[in-house]
Amino acid sequence: MKIKITTKELKSDFAKEVKDRSGIDVKKCYQCGKCTAGCPVAYEMDYMPNQIIRFVQLGLKREALTSRTIWLCASCITCTTRCPKEVKIAELMDVLREMSLEEGLANPLEKNITTFHQAFLNSVKKHGRISELWMLNEYKMKRPKTALQDLIIGPQMLSKGKLSFLPHDIKGKDAVKRIFEKCK
Amino acid sequence: MGKKIGVFVCHCGTNISATVDVEKVAEETKKNNPGVSYTTTYKYMCSDPGQKLLRDKIKEEGLTGVVIAACSPKMHEHTFRNAAIKSGLNPYHVEISNIREQCSWVHPDKPVGTEKSTDLVRMMTEKVRKDKSLKPIKVHVTKRALIIGGGIAGIQAALDIADGGHEVIMVEREASIGGHMAQLSETFPTLDCSQCIMTPKMVEAAQHDNITMHTWSEIESITGYLGNFDVKIRKKARSVDLDLCTGCSSCWQVCPCKKIKSEFDMGLANRTAIYIPFPQAIPSKPVIDRENCILFKDARKKNIKPNDSKVCRKCIDACPIAPVKAIDYNQEDEIIDVKVGAIIVATGFRELEDGLYGEYGGGKYEDVITGMQFERLASASGPTDGKIKRPSDGKEPEIVVFIQCVGSRDPSKGCSYCSKTCCMYTAKHTMLYKHKVHHGHAFVFYIDIRCAGKGYEEFSQRAIEEEGATYLRGRVSRVYKKGDKLIVLGADTLTGSVVEIEADMVVLASAMKAQDDAEQFAQKLSIQYDKDKFFSEMHPKLKPVESSSAGIFLAGTCQGPKDIPETVAQAGAAASKVLALLSSDELEREPVVARVDRQLPPVFSTCIGCFYCQKVCPYSAIESEDIKARDGSVIKTVARVNEGLCQGCGLCAATCRSKSIELDGFNDEQIYAEINAVEFN
Repeated sequence: MKIKITTKELKSDFAKEVKDRSGIDVKKCYQCGKCTAGCPVAYEMDYMPNQIIRFVQLGLKREALTSRTIWLCASCITCTTRCPKEVKIAELMDVLREMSLEEGLANPLEKNITTFHQAFLNSVKKHGRISELWMLNEYKMKRPKTALQDLIIGPQMLSKGKLSFLPHDIKGKDAVKRIFEKCK
Repeated sequence: MGKKIGVFVCHCGTNISATVDVEKVAEETKKNNPGVSYTTTYKYMCSDPGQKLLRDKIKEEGLTGVVIAACSPKMHEHTFRNAAIKSGLNPYHVEISNIREQCSWVHPDKPVGTEKSTDLVRMMTEKVRKDKSLKPIKVHVTKRALIIGGGIAGIQAALDIADGGHEVIMVEREASIGGHMAQLSETFPTLDCSQCIMTPKMVEAAQHDNITMHTWSEIESITGYLGNFDVKIRKKARSVDLDLCTGCSSCWQVCPCKKIKSEFDMGLANRTAIYIPFPQAIPSKPVIDRENCILFKDARKKNIKPNDSKVCRKCIDACPIAPVKAIDYNQEDEIIDVKVGAIIVATGFRELEDGLYGEYGGGKYEDVITGMQFERLASASGPTDGKIKRPSDGKEPEIVVFIQCVGSRDPSKGCSYCSKTCCMYTAKHTMLYKHKVHHGHAFVFYIDIRCAGKGYEEFSQRAIEEEGATYLRGRVSRVYKKGDKLIVLGADTLTGSVVEIEADMVVLASAMKAQDDAEQFAQKLSIQYDKDKFFSEMHPKLKPVESSSAGIFLAGTCQGPKDIPETVAQAGAAASKVLALLSSDELEREPVVARVDRQLPPVFSTCIGCFYCQKVCPYSAIESEDIKARDGSVIKTVARVNEGLCQGCGLCAATCRSKSIELDGFNDEQIYAEINAVEFN
């Protein structure tokens, strides 16, 4: 990889953009690597969590937003809890996911994850909570290759009453809807 | 009558006892060495109960000789000899047998270690038999100190000693005192202005009643010894009479040679041939640069006395002092003799030369500057009045790249050490730059950020977090010019990528090097220096300000790279050592010195006067002495050892062809007794 820094390119300040959106100051990170060391899914990532922060520090927007790492992050918040400089790394991943979708840069290899997120949110938006069956329905329609995945546990869940055929709305459905409106 | 010898074997915790059967050593020694009347072992001989054991047994057993089998004599010989004194035994009847460094630490096998220890102890018992009582040598002390170097270290040490009530002679080879610190803009980690804290100290030193200052002067020679050094100071011809001159500036204003690079401004500004290095200089009186002055050039060409030259003479004409002008072209070097009791060496450092890194374009591109040059750019008293402008076209640089470890930690360039201050001053530079150029961008290439000091880590983090300097972890490979930009090719190992920066200016954090003439100077003083030509301290932990020669102390960066607080602390420490030394009229020193034998007439001395000993002596301690008849005629010229200078190394004794020199405490009889003890057993 090659990083080129010229007077012109300096005008877009990615780190500042991230800070303005989320309040997370990546400049604080001194690259000790503790986040990476404790990350339970780091072994699957294309870039280590500390490298993602490094990308943001150096203004490497494309590298950060097209990475698989931001999608693989399970938001377990171990990194944030342990960071000596109190950088909110897991929250940073959230922001980067948002930005990645907005800019159409989401890594195609992680389409399953983005679709799942979308189906989850759609269900919450509609009913104020998720309806497992209908959410899965949407997800599997959009990602047909996953149609047979995990199907075997369906009957078990049904028999235990964990899946209902009809979605249940919550009482304050409108309030949830308003949250979605506000977040747009 | 033989001696009653006591042997004390130390366990040293398990340092010795793990690989040496100490009980067996004690037992064997008692069994096989007639004259050894008492042996024992103890866990820690150097501890208070251990020393008490020694004191008590000397008295109870009536011991007249003692062997301590323990660590190196360098560690605790002094301790045990002092304990012996308390029991009324002459300390030179106490010997150390080193069974730790020279046995237990180097042999893993216990039976072998035990056998070797027994041998080593036997050798020492044989030596002790031959030991004679020695008396400490008393040396007179001249209550005056010499400080070599007028930077912050020298000034601090001078002030401390002068405040202690002793006379101080300060020698500085430049035209003004102040050294590197006077050149700095602001100082880390507080960002207070260097001039504001330095110049008052310079004034204080100059005005102190106890301090005599010799600027534009160098050390010609130093002879003598602890308490009694004879120093010759060469006062270089300044061409200006310091007593007459008022520093009115008339002369340097009219000087026509205006294109000489100013050393003080690191070549970023020009000065005249008659000049003061900087406006706040002390003394604030000029000096003529004879190399560059056209009058002196003319005089050299025509081979006439400078005053006879008719070229220029503008400065002397402008000098308002009457009737005798303050400028004297014919002035010559003057040698001053002083006697001092102690010396502090504070000769400082130099910055790594520009041209060493061809790949960074140092010395080739005007806009690639050194850290010291950046200090001058950022200094309010500097050539740009503190505005950051790049040297080539005076433009304000928008992107500045700072490269750390230029020369430091680079064994291929002959500089394996860390210069210690660069991480901090680079962080400071980025701050100063950002404070002055708000829209500017500072990039720093580093290998490690080493900021160990009070408030230092916070300072460097502040440069990154608050001032927005971008740190890139990696060395720069190359800097080259493209148009009016400098392309910096580096790496960021944290992302694993190549970094290319189009910079306007590059600042090299150049290494601190020992002065060019450090080696010759150390030889002049007979002090040791390390592989990098920094002067060596006597002991890295316990004697950090003492040099290898008694009475000569070290302060500041001549001993190794360090920052201002550390330099000031070391200078204070050296000053306190000197004050302690000057506090008594007489000094006592170890009587382990060489002696040239003297005999009754008609032989007088077996010395044949070949003076081979003089050639090998590293301390210049061998003098010549005429043995005269009653009528004053010289019968014989023989060597004599100056007790004050002799450090007891024994080189002369080993070299002497007529066996006329013996080293007290280590004479032939004693050494042979040791050798025979191993050879014939």
